[in-house]
Amino acid sequence: MTMRWRALVALAWRDTRTTRRRLVLSMSSIAIGVAALVAVDSYSANVVRSIHVQARSLLGADLSVSASRPLPAQVTALLDSLHARGATDTRVTTFSSMALVSGSEGTRLVQVRAMGAGAPYYGVIETSPADKWQDLQSGPYAIVDSSLLVALNANIGDTLSLGYARFAILATLRNVPGDIGIAASLGPRVYIPDRYLGATRLLTFGSRAQYEALVKLPSSVNPDALAKAHRDLFDSLQVRARSVADTERSLTRSIEQLGRFLGLVGLIALLLGGIGVASAMRAYMAEKIDTIAILRCLGASGSQVFAIYLIEAAGLGLAGAAMGVVLGVAAQMALPHVLGSFIPVDVTPQLEWIPVLGGLALGTWVGALFALGPVLGVRNVTPLQVLRRDTDDAAQRAARSPWRDPARLAAGAVLMASVVAVCMARAESAIFGLWMSVAIGAAIGATWLAAVACARGASRLATVPSRFVVRHGVANLERPGNQTRPVVLALGFGVFLLGTLALVQGSLLRELASTADASAANLAFFDVQTDQAFLLDTMLRQRDYPVLARVPIVPMRIAALASPRRAKSETRRETKGASPRASERPSWAIRREYRSSYRDSIAPSERLVAGHWWKTDGPDRDGVFEISLEQSLAEELGVVLGDTIAWDVQGVRIRTRVTSLREVQWTRFEPNFFVVFQPAALREAPQSFVLLTRVRDDAERAKLQRDAVQRFPNISTIDLSLIENAVGKILDRVSVAVRFMALFSVVTGALVLVSALAASRRQRVREGVLLKTLGATRGQIASMLLTEYALLGAIGSAAGIVLAVGGAWAAMHFIFQAQFALAPLPLAVVAVATMVLTVVIGLVAARDVFAETPMTALREV
Amino acid sequence: MLVARELTKSFPSGDRTITVLRDVSFTIADGEFVAIVGPSGSGKTTLLGLLAGLDAPSAGSVRLDDVDLATLSEDARARLRGAKVGFVFQSFQLIPTLTALENVRVPLDLRGDESAQSRATELLARVGLADRVHHYPVRLSGGEQQRVAIARAFVNSPSVLFADEPTGNLDQSTGLRIVELLEELNRDAGTTVVIVTHDTELAAHARRIIRLSDGLVVEDREHTA
Repeated sequence: MTMRWRALVALAWRDTRTTRRRLVLSMSSIAIGVAALVAVDSYSANVVRSIHVQARSLLGADLSVSASRPLPAQVTALLDSLHARGATDTRVTTFSSMALVSGSEGTRLVQVRAMGAGAPYYGVIETSPADKWQDLQSGPYAIVDSSLLVALNANIGDTLSLGYARFAILATLRNVPGDIGIAASLGPRVYIPDRYLGATRLLTFGSRAQYEALVKLPSSVNPDALAKAHRDLFDSLQVRARSVADTERSLTRSIEQLGRFLGLVGLIALLLGGIGVASAMRAYMAEKIDTIAILRCLGASGSQVFAIYLIEAAGLGLAGAAMGVVLGVAAQMALPHVLGSFIPVDVTPQLEWIPVLGGLALGTWVGALFALGPVLGVRNVTPLQVLRRDTDDAAQRAARSPWRDPARLAAGAVLMASVVAVCMARAESAIFGLWMSVAIGAAIGATWLAAVACARGASRLATVPSRFVVRHGVANLERPGNQTRPVVLALGFGVFLLGTLALVQGSLLRELASTADASAANLAFFDVQTDQAFLLDTMLRQRDYPVLARVPIVPMRIAALASPRRAKSETRRETKGASPRASERPSWAIRREYRSSYRDSIAPSERLVAGHWWKTDGPDRDGVFEISLEQSLAEELGVVLGDTIAWDVQGVRIRTRVTSLREVQWTRFEPNFFVVFQPAALREAPQSFVLLTRVRDDAERAKLQRDAVQRFPNISTIDLSLIENAVGKILDRVSVAVRFMALFSVVTGALVLVSALAASRRQRVREGVLLKTLGATRGQIASMLLTEYALLGAIGSAAGIVLAVGGAWAAMHFIFQAQFALAPLPLAVVAVATMVLTVVIGLVAARDVFAETPMTALREV
Repeated sequence: MLVARELTKSFPSGDRTITVLRDVSFTIADGEFVAIVGPSGSGKTTLLGLLAGLDAPSAGSVRLDDVDLATLSEDARARLRGAKVGFVFQSFQLIPTLTALENVRVPLDLRGDESAQSRATELLARVGLADRVHHYPVRLSGGEQQRVAIARAFVNSPSVLFADEPTGNLDQSTGLRIVELLEELNRDAGTTVVIVTHDTELAAHARRIIRLSDGLVVEDREHTA
């Protein structure tokens, strides 16, 4: 038995002797998918490993306790009580503020981090010049992002003003554990010593800040157990406690999610490659009919012949997968450059065996399964075909219609089951995996349909062109044995991914730009105190800048929520005092701090969707004020029109009733609010203001900001053009990452094309030589090929673009809930690039057609 | 008129040179039916390739209707073939991805001739394949395929038709019908027919026989059937 198998393996090996290169080429289309999976999985394993190793440095402590207001007395008492057990703690306060440098013109909104002595306990904040972090606490120093120096045209050693305090810039940041690279594009970071925080006088009424205590625990205290033991206290005080394990868990989860998303692209590339393999294998098997018939004549049984080609298919699958693994490991080394700015840890790429072996197994399995369909067709080849080649017909017909062959149907079912199993194994949950496989099936199915429709359309067109060469080129797409569909499918999918990406990115940027245009204002001043509001207003008017709005902001929390629709036990939900169990922990919507406003009319960025706007200043006879809620918040809180909510406004309880719901355009530059009150409810409450103005000239706008910040150092400004820049930058970075993955499917498309052309090479050379013999010039042959490949590219692009428009529309509509904008230019670029790629690959692959002399026609029998 | 003058063809083989044809000269007049015969390896097919301008000689020249093929570029030779030459091959050499009708049209299509459709249909009817015009080669028998090839060879009304073992892959009776078809077209259209074969029965239909042996013309005689 072993002997016989050995003989079959040897036969299979010899049988591929003249076609090995071509077969390996066709298997390379599967290699790209395997490469993508191996790269993504290996990198994600690298990152998870790094997170595990660096988890304490990422948090900077054993336990972090934070809140959006100064830590309550109960919490500080708890922290103090830990000192007795050997714990130490220090503080970090994070907030936004304006920074300016003496002697330079600009101002910049920055993220200030006031660091207590000793922070962070773990991990090293790297600076340039090196080792300056330890000097930070020794005086009024600041360590800043180098982007801030560029923006403010400043240097190390210059004096940086934050509020009313001044700091000498000691160094720039090189690496902060736990911070992702793109964080700085939202606002440059500025580290100052905590003891100078008061001197800045920036944390005034209404300022938003994050107050954090970093706790270093002795090894005898388990931070997780500690956090759990006090969970109820933390929850009731709206304090967030994170241990190293929490950080590791949540980071690992995010990385795994990112890996799963990118892996999806790899999986699709693998399947597209598989379709290419099936198509190349079909062409290969058609050529092998003679050999198979001879083997049958010489006494090989049907199952032996089948075994020979099954061995070939499996061997090729293994070869393709092995190529993929090698490529994948190489790509893994490139991933840190592409994804690095989203990853909070330093990653040293290293070989991960599980993804490598998994990729090898999956690639072999998928490659062999896709090849199996055409291989099953060999069972239909009879020895008679040695004598009568025209009976090919029956075999070929059988090979082409898998529907009547139970074995091929079974192979298809196994293939589908494998894909579903892989999806389920990769997904967070089985049901999600099932959906993922349905989504993959739908995406491939839709591209397939688009490919078929476009190819059909082309064949209809075939009779139209008057020039023979063009007509011939067009008609080639629908000839027997054509590879149009797999090629169009593979190319189309690449175009689909790239096109969707380009359209979504374009739509988002356009949405942003149109919002910017719609907003009359392009500069906002916030954290403006009541006494400053009038002065700033005057300052703007004196300079002839309009004050477009003066919006009051009042911070508050929900004190009690009463909804008649709720179950009795839940009818009243006190959020203070009582400590609900973890399972009944109130949602964030109930616990959060609200920054609300009051006014007598609805804003242009809002639309009333239910109820009515108030006509009076309020309140009603029972002392209840009217409020208007943003509709999704109303859903989140589970309240409807008529429900009452009591608010805690700086210790004063204000009772309100929901009398209207609004839809809010959050993307507008104007300040928007979840909750808007009747004016009388909050007019006397402690409040800060946002002032909006419009200054067209960039230089004037910069000067105004600087003057305002110099006069009112606690005020911050937001320049609309900076937001646009930041969002643009982030979108760019995200799209580079996605584009990198989309590239895998484009390369797969190109490889499917190459292998399809290689599979039909003999036929093409023969046809070219014949045409030359019959009088065709090289120019005419080139025109035919050009027409065919350009059309192939065009059809692939068309199929991809149709789907991209649909996909991008759906993404904008359902995910981003913004206007979809059809941008023809990026689509045209993708389409033209695909066509050029197809034509170049096609003509390079067809160079034999030009090189062969017509004499071959006579010699070939 | 087809004139071969001192045709020699050599190929490098390793460090030696193999001469397949040596100083072959003859003239074939318009309307002749000539058979080039000889055993395998005698240089028949090489000679045919040179006469049809599919290949260039190492020495000597071929003149077709007073045009020296050696003076033409590859593309110009292709155009000349499209206009004046027809081919029939032993292995039929139909383009498998084209139907019978499309195969026959090709030479005219390449010239942009508007009459391609009607002329191809007419010729297919003449070779007895009126009901098989839309079939692909794989669906046709060997004899039918060769008839399609003959229709294709005549579609551009060539002044000379080259046939390389045209009955080699066919049974005797089918082969005979093919030869009769060639004779009929030679007679009716006045096309010069040059057949390469080692089949003496086929050669017997020709009116002139040129015999090759080891690359040399060893016999050139009129033949009366």
